[in-house]
Amino acid sequence: MFENILIYFVVIPLVMLGLLALCRDIKQIRAVAVVGSLGLIALSVVTLVQYLGMRAAGVEDPMLFVDSWTWFAPLNIHLAVGVDGISIAMLLLSSIIVFAGSFASWTIKEPKAFFLWLILLSVGVFGFFISIDMFTMFMFYEVALIPMYLLIGVWGSGNKNYSAMKLTLMLMGGSAFLMMGLIGIYYHSAPEGGQLTWNLLEIVKNASIPHGWQSFLFPMTFVGFGVLGAMFPFHTWSPDGHASAPTAVSMLHAGVLMKLGGYGCFRVAIYTMPQAAHELSWIFLILTGISVVYGAFCACVKTDLKYINAYSSVSHCGLVLFAILMLNETAMTGAIMQMLSHGLMTALFFALIGMIYGRTHTREITQMGGMMQIMPYLSVCYVIAGMASLGLPGLSGFVAEMTIFVGSFQAGMTDYLAGHGSLRLVFTIIACCSIVITAVYILRVVGKLLFGPVHDEHHRTLTDATWWERLSTVTLIICVAAIGCFPNFFNNLINFTFKPAIFSVLGMN
Amino acid sequence: MGITLPLLILAIPLFMFLLLGIAGVKMSHKLAGWLGCLGMGTTLVLAYTVALTYYFCPEFTAETGERIQTIVFNQTWLAFTQNLVISLGFLLDPISALMLIVITTISFLVHLYSLGYMEGEKGFQRYYAFLSLFSFSMLGLVVATNIFQMYIFWELVGASSYLLIGFYYTKHSAVAASKKAFIVTRFADLGFLIGILVLSYYSQTFDFLKLTTDSQWVLASTQGATFMGASVLTWALVLIFTGGMGKSAMMPLHIWLPDAMEGPTPVSALIHAATMVVAGVFLVARMFPVYLLEESATMIVAVVGAVTAFYAAMVACTQIDIKRVLAFSTISQIAFMMVSLGVASNGNGDVCHHGLGYMASMFHMFTHAMFKALLFLGAGALIHAVHSNDYTAMGGLSRYMPVTRWTFLIGCLAIAGIPPFSGFFSKDEILSAAYAWSPFMGVWMTIVAAMTAFYMFRLYFLIFRWDEPDYGHHTPHDPPLPMMIPLVFLAAVSCVAGFIPFGHFVTWNRMPYDIHLDPWIACSSVAVAICAICLAAYMYRTKNPLPEKMKNAMPVLWDWCHHRFYWDELYMFITHKIIFNGVCRPLAWFDRHIIDGTMDSFAAVTNKLSRVIAPLQSGQVQMYVFVYIIGALLLGGITVLCLI
Amino acid sequence: MELKAIYFLIPSLIMFCCGLFGFITRRNMIAMLISLELMLNAVDMNFVIFNRFLFPGQLEGMFFTLFAIAIAAAETALAIAIIINVFRASHNIDVRTLNEMKF
Repeated sequence: MFENILIYFVVIPLVMLGLLALCRDIKQIRAVAVVGSLGLIALSVVTLVQYLGMRAAGVEDPMLFVDSWTWFAPLNIHLAVGVDGISIAMLLLSSIIVFAGSFASWTIKEPKAFFLWLILLSVGVFGFFISIDMFTMFMFYEVALIPMYLLIGVWGSGNKNYSAMKLTLMLMGGSAFLMMGLIGIYYHSAPEGGQLTWNLLEIVKNASIPHGWQSFLFPMTFVGFGVLGAMFPFHTWSPDGHASAPTAVSMLHAGVLMKLGGYGCFRVAIYTMPQAAHELSWIFLILTGISVVYGAFCACVKTDLKYINAYSSVSHCGLVLFAILMLNETAMTGAIMQMLSHGLMTALFFALIGMIYGRTHTREITQMGGMMQIMPYLSVCYVIAGMASLGLPGLSGFVAEMTIFVGSFQAGMTDYLAGHGSLRLVFTIIACCSIVITAVYILRVVGKLLFGPVHDEHHRTLTDATWWERLSTVTLIICVAAIGCFPNFFNNLINFTFKPAIFSVLGMN
Repeated sequence: MGITLPLLILAIPLFMFLLLGIAGVKMSHKLAGWLGCLGMGTTLVLAYTVALTYYFCPEFTAETGERIQTIVFNQTWLAFTQNLVISLGFLLDPISALMLIVITTISFLVHLYSLGYMEGEKGFQRYYAFLSLFSFSMLGLVVATNIFQMYIFWELVGASSYLLIGFYYTKHSAVAASKKAFIVTRFADLGFLIGILVLSYYSQTFDFLKLTTDSQWVLASTQGATFMGASVLTWALVLIFTGGMGKSAMMPLHIWLPDAMEGPTPVSALIHAATMVVAGVFLVARMFPVYLLEESATMIVAVVGAVTAFYAAMVACTQIDIKRVLAFSTISQIAFMMVSLGVASNGNGDVCHHGLGYMASMFHMFTHAMFKALLFLGAGALIHAVHSNDYTAMGGLSRYMPVTRWTFLIGCLAIAGIPPFSGFFSKDEILSAAYAWSPFMGVWMTIVAAMTAFYMFRLYFLIFRWDEPDYGHHTPHDPPLPMMIPLVFLAAVSCVAGFIPFGHFVTWNRMPYDIHLDPWIACSSVAVAICAICLAAYMYRTKNPLPEKMKNAMPVLWDWCHHRFYWDELYMFITHKIIFNGVCRPLAWFDRHIIDGTMDSFAAVTNKLSRVIAPLQSGQVQMYVFVYIIGALLLGGITVLCLI
Repeated sequence: MELKAIYFLIPSLIMFCCGLFGFITRRNMIAMLISLELMLNAVDMNFVIFNRFLFPGQLEGMFFTLFAIAIAAAETALAIAIIINVFRASHNIDVRTLNEMKF
């Protein structure tokens, strides 16, 4: 079991949990968190290198490092692992954000319990991304959700009980749909008389889900994951949840957990039920298309930094699901890139907001101003994050959005010219409009918060970032810039998955 | 040509940006400034080497005399699909070489000038970092090998323009202006982006060379598809032109440029006069063979240009802030270039009058960059001296600032189109092209040219003559040497640039072409310009009540001109009242109250329901037993009934 | 006259119903306990009766009844103990006022 590299993505956090339980003071806790998350980064890099090596050697399997251990034989539940370029990208993202998040919660109160829950959450996240067995996937998904309740409820701020409850209940509601969907898939996972399976690869190979069932199960799973991906109209947990969550939790949640939604939609809903995806995508295209502009418009009027960012996440994550539904190679690549990009930049945003809030004790942009004069470092980082968010070339947002727009437009035009209606085309153009609205709300915040004269004279005494805050932000900025400057590397990493031979959906266009 | 020099042209400014941006805080002002100048100076030398090699080295000229478009390097950056690939590369052809010269010259002079102008400003290092970033982006834009690379750098120049306009970030007006500039151009870029998407869908390429060499196939690839009555190619080209309208401040997307004058004056000279704002012209010039295919697209270019030129000239006559006057004159002059490009097409897929318009447009772009930068830098010297942007704070300055005065005068003569200054030659070519296209357009543009002469000399006389305000004991004086050198240099260029045989370097088909002045057009345009100057002199040479009388004679016209025809108010109304209050606010309310309210009401209903059924758990043991018995009896009864 | 099971079952039913009625209506916990005993005894009687009339010659029902009586005794002891404790805590053994154990 332990010769498979992937299992260490779960083992390392579990070991960290054990060590954390033994820790006595904050220094040890910090040491465990930092060393552990560095270990995770190293592990993802090693996995990436090995993966690329195998691909370079011409291995054409859809997933690599595939392994499976029986967990509960009567229901054929396995702990099955395997990764492709997309999962590796997500693993990298998660490990980086866990690393940055550890630094962002350097001075949290009751650190031991906090880190225990945080690391438990990351067990769920990593487990989710390496699993290819739907049941274990679902289990890890739940493992990632539950700690969120306590992290927000205990360490949060503001109306935290309400937010924590709302977030958990809405996501659990999504899980209920999801569970139904997954069980449905399981019962049709093999042709008549065959061995039923939870394994995604086998399900895809069997392709035995009857058409009628697909059109029932596809919405189930898509909505189930879509709730976590903040799909309109199931996004309202996001503003409240983010606003109340402590910094590192917001980072992990927006940075990684919301990606679970997009990843799940792609990996389970679309991967296993291509026909239904084709026929029903229009419903969700409308919903996600609305998400994209709607979130952006809402962000324009909010005055709480975290609310603004949460709505911007709704918009950006909407774009992820939107692009996935285009069922077009380029757009889907863009969706994954957008997940990476949004994960990093929104984590950066939340880290910065947390740092500013920690100093000023307010998140209202009307009560702040001229931060550039007071804390230049944090302000510059905020500008960079903002620029990434509004799609400045050279940072990650641009490449992701452009890939999505180019791909969606191709899909839309093809549809339109083939006489399949202009829905995709229209919504692509609507989604394109979001680049303007994004610029509006980002610049509005930047202008009010960072520029202008100092609003509150008491703020003049505040200090700039400490070394751990600098480390946290610099890590994220480097990653954002890396994606923005060398997109083709990530493009190729992700793109392989969509080779038509592997990916059945694309053959249907 | 080797890859090293072109690569360095891009790499040095980028490196300087990173160096000054990251390590600048630790540097002294002097070090940062000189480092910036050094970096730009090196770039200047390299760019001149590359451009002059291109123009004069026979290896870049085919046997027919045609200049060859060369891709020096082209590196894949992001591959969307097999065909749609963004590359970052370096395309060397007449117009990119021309722009290399223009950008590096002006940028270097501005670097130098800023040493004096920005002396002692907070954030001096940051300023130089941004200047380097801008230079990098602009250079990347002009050498773009494909339309998407252009879009990338297009966005980058927008961002660096945003950063530089908002350089004085503690000032509300500067922040608002930078925001406005970014958002308006962003809006235009949306059109650009969609245009690219449409065009690339049909042509399946981003590559300029593929698009522009023998572009008939682009037309063929659309297979005559139409959308809402116009061919898709027209749509694509018009949308792409929208991007150009935004950057080049064509009506109705011009509103950001006057406000952009909130930035430091050297920045206005570099970005908002000489380089970035002509990016739209450059874009149309780059895509010119494709524009030739669609009559309506070039028509739109010409009409938008003509309307904007006239509008901006009218507004410029009434502005008080000298930088605003220059800004509107920039809009007007860029519109000249647009018109010139528009009239270069005869509407049948071929060029008009040997493509004179194209050459004239590029020529004017070159001369305008020089004399407008000169005027802006001169204005900077004035502002530096009197610490105000308004002409009301100036007057009679010719006594105190002789060098500034003479160089400014040269700039004014050049823009007014008086021979032998450079503006005369380029403007004359534009007028010739306009007359050849349609006499009406020729007359129209001649009128605008006369207005140009009028408002520039109005400005000149108001600043240097008119009545002297009380300067106190702090009398204005000529600027220090680093600011003086650029002024003198640019003035010298403006004197001689007109004699460059421009047609030998830049033409639409890259074949050499001899410029010949049409004596009638030349004489008439000079005559109207001189008349306009005389009128300006009559009205503004000394303090007199005439301007006031004129204003009172035409109050409505003056009011509309002074308020820029209320475009800003219109935009304010649309953005604030309609979009912000009419869309965003209701949506946010809808989200909080309807969507979230629904979700909350699920929770509330669950809660209510549990309150309703909770009293059943009354704590009365006997009640439980009673209910149990009744239930058991009922169940038993039902069972019995069923069995029977 | 022949003895029929019904002659015994009816009094047992009456006993059970009395017990039930008492259990539901009486407010005193001791009285409720007594009613409970009444019901238990009715049930015990039914065991004996059915054993005697349905399976004569077998003794399972009889023995079962003996056990039930013993358990009932133990149960009564337990119930009394609880009642005493309740009384100690609240000086009251009226079930209608003892309704803390609810939602």
